[in-house]
Amino acid sequence: MPKRTDIETILLIGSGPIIIGQAAEFDYSGTQGAKALKEEGYRVILVNSNPATIMTDPNIADRTYIEPLITPVLEKIIEKERPDAILPTLGGQTALNLAIDLYEKGILDKYNVELIGANYEVIKKAEDRDLFKKAMERIGLSMPKSAVVKSISEAEEVIDWIGFPVIIRPSFTLGGTGGSIAYNREEFYPKVKAGLDASPIHEVLLEESIIGWKEFEMEVMRDKNDNCVIICSIENLDPMGVHTGDSITVAPAMTLSDREYQILRNYSIAVMREIGVETGGSNVQFAQNPKTGEFYVIEMNPRVSRSSALASKATGFPIAKIAAKLAVGYTLDELSNDITKKTPASFEPTIDYVVVKIPRFDFAKFPEADPTLTTMMKSVGEVMAIGRTFKEAIQKALRSLELGRYGFYMGLENVDENLLKEKIIKPNPDRLWYIAEAFRRGFSVEEINKLSHIDIWFLNQIKEIVDYELYLSTKDISTLTEQELEKAKQWGFSDRELARLLKTTEEEIRKKRPPVSFKVVDTCAAEFEAFTPYYYSSYESLSGKVEEDKIIYYRDSE
Amino acid sequence: MEKAILALENGYFFYGWSFSSPVRETGGEVIFNTSMTGYQEILTDPSYKGQIVVMTASEIGNYGINEEDSQSDRVWVNGFVVKDVPNVYSNYRAVESLKSYLEKNNVLGIFGVDTRAVVRILREKGVMKGYIGVGDISPVEAVKKARSIPDISELNLVAEVSKPSVYRWTQKSWKWPKGYEEQTEFHYKVAVLDYGVKRDILRLLADRNLELICFPYNASAEEVLSINPDGIFLSNGPGDPATLTYQIKQIQKLIASEKPIFGICLGHQLLSWAFGSRTYKLEFGHHGGNHPVKNLKTGKVEITAQNHNYATDETKLPQDVEITHINLNDNTIEGMRHKNYPVFSIQHHPEAAPGPHDSFYIFDEFYNLIKECKK
Repeated sequence: MPKRTDIETILLIGSGPIIIGQAAEFDYSGTQGAKALKEEGYRVILVNSNPATIMTDPNIADRTYIEPLITPVLEKIIEKERPDAILPTLGGQTALNLAIDLYEKGILDKYNVELIGANYEVIKKAEDRDLFKKAMERIGLSMPKSAVVKSISEAEEVIDWIGFPVIIRPSFTLGGTGGSIAYNREEFYPKVKAGLDASPIHEVLLEESIIGWKEFEMEVMRDKNDNCVIICSIENLDPMGVHTGDSITVAPAMTLSDREYQILRNYSIAVMREIGVETGGSNVQFAQNPKTGEFYVIEMNPRVSRSSALASKATGFPIAKIAAKLAVGYTLDELSNDITKKTPASFEPTIDYVVVKIPRFDFAKFPEADPTLTTMMKSVGEVMAIGRTFKEAIQKALRSLELGRYGFYMGLENVDENLLKEKIIKPNPDRLWYIAEAFRRGFSVEEINKLSHIDIWFLNQIKEIVDYELYLSTKDISTLTEQELEKAKQWGFSDRELARLLKTTEEEIRKKRPPVSFKVVDTCAAEFEAFTPYYYSSYESLSGKVEEDKIIYYRDSE
Repeated sequence: MEKAILALENGYFFYGWSFSSPVRETGGEVIFNTSMTGYQEILTDPSYKGQIVVMTASEIGNYGINEEDSQSDRVWVNGFVVKDVPNVYSNYRAVESLKSYLEKNNVLGIFGVDTRAVVRILREKGVMKGYIGVGDISPVEAVKKARSIPDISELNLVAEVSKPSVYRWTQKSWKWPKGYEEQTEFHYKVAVLDYGVKRDILRLLADRNLELICFPYNASAEEVLSINPDGIFLSNGPGDPATLTYQIKQIQKLIASEKPIFGICLGHQLLSWAFGSRTYKLEFGHHGGNHPVKNLKTGKVEITAQNHNYATDETKLPQDVEITHINLNDNTIEGMRHKNYPVFSIQHHPEAAPGPHDSFYIFDEFYNLIKECKK
């Protein structure tokens, strides 16, 4: 079935100013969506209060309003432009909240405007904790023990059943604002009060703490024929307890067997169907008990999210663009994969590299803020790095943070052991470097796992990098073999870090080390030819070809 | 850790490091698999007999090896090639590392290889023979050895992977948290022709209360029919279907018996020959867990697990065979149904293991077909 012809004008709501929890990724998704809809011949009306966005450039939409994102303004725009439909799923939480309000005030009915992508019931079901919980019960999925309360006295009634520590999540807030964890009764009451105050509807969710469980995310897409595909799985290096936006995340998931991966795949699709997202992308978050394998559903976003932006760039699958096309009636098999051209968009990307995202914090500018990471998002940005291995990707990500650190070294030799342990127990922006320092001091993977609950797979990867760093520092550039230098580059050591460890200059390292290989992000692990790929750098092993009269050696670069 | 070389018959070679086993060398048909999870299932899938498998996902071995996910009782691949393999694995079900598992099974695994470069060559030049050697082997020698490996179509691989005698299967599918449970109900009797059947196929049939009696690959049609089965299942398996002329003849007799028949992968390919069509070799095969298949009856797209190098020749299929499923990447046949006999088959792997579960419904269709025919 081709696109819908009963609608002509579509209103797209942007996400407004850049704030913690809602940043440039929604400009990225909105711009993609607007372009995709225009490409299909729809008249696109855009409203966003933030002029410093690509989407508000004159050539993106047919008509752009730079106006406050509030219901009365939206109503005026609707009255004037008479859109047939609103696509509220590309503008983050702001756009969804506005869509809900427009519906509840009867404005959509009055002007006969349809919500596409996600309708009112869907948004409510996904966003309202109670409705969501009931929906999950209907499809037999477990969630942490929880209760929604609207007052301190209601909170008191349920806290014994839930137990401590308890997570306090205010309803309908951006990036988990006002959220916290209480470890005892003393902390509990003031934190519940703060949460109630932060919620626009004066409501908080009290939730069983599953701190230390592993955390996973799935990016799902669905079309109107109920075709569902998983675009990307993501594993959080930081276990439950740290907001996803503040977590170091890795794609694809690293420690799931196929049995478990398929459980999450089935659950994600079941959640999407039960919540009723008819078309577009959603993000479903899960926690796993590392000892028993039990999964809990944590939440779902019935819209393009921060993670979708990461998943798009991590896989080469343009989630927002495809979501916009699905919203106007296309099915996944009718759309083509932008990168391969010849294969359809109804497939699941497979990747032959590892992607690591590390959030960027700026506590120097906010001296009052507590740098402990909790369920409330505090990061102001993030870096994403691609490498052929986890080690390469994480080391690239570390130096991309522009903190003046070129690997796992930040000069913590003089930190006393108690502080070191505390910085590993309590999530904070420098935790990775404290962990590395602990390994330098001889801590074992098991000890750090006990302190941090970070999975031993990740910890051992970091330990191996640190061990190799220590080995390299016993060498100098003249005693290091070619093979050892190749390994260092494949493990993501920067020229600069190597120069420091090997007591030489970056220029010397560059002269001796293997040349860079450029590899491609193509959605399909090279199975099909890529026409519009993008590239990342890596250091590949030697390949070659035996020809009639000679042997050619090369490191493959695309 | 010793240096290793992977050489292809067309002269390309790739360096890496051995990570397993006292085995010093191996050869086989080199294929790549794009599944991001499920290496244990892939290693133990009898259909990979005769092949060196290159995994495209770059970190392999992370969740170790467990006691539950194997698709047979041993590793069948001739060799295993990955980009990176960890020294520590992590998963609540894991009991040992990928390294030790391959060592126990005497299978050579190498890592550090530019697997993407291998895939790019296989994609362009097609599947080919390859050789892996550990130690100081010159590229010229390695390529020569790759060329001397017998072609997969010259090998009788099914005979090596099939169980030699008749057996019963009663284990149902894995479910969290209980794991495996035994079958308690038996509605219809099904004869399984085991050409190298994967355990999860049997489990999905057992889930549907089918009483499974498995026959070796060389069982005659008469033997199979002697138990008076209500349905017949033709399994997956390794190698070139064109070489299995005895089996194709038996299948023609089974079709003539008018019993309900369901084939998967090799079973599907053998049915193609039995119907009077043929199979041809795909350039680089389909191996992975992300292939879009369209069900032509419902119009819906299933994401499927695939592992095959041969496909049914559509132009030679008789009029009374209907195509039910196609692959949307290259439009090859993924499923067919005979219009006059209760016979249907699927080219891909509806049982997944590893892969998405979108096609489990096909096992229901087999059950329903048997029920229908019993009436």
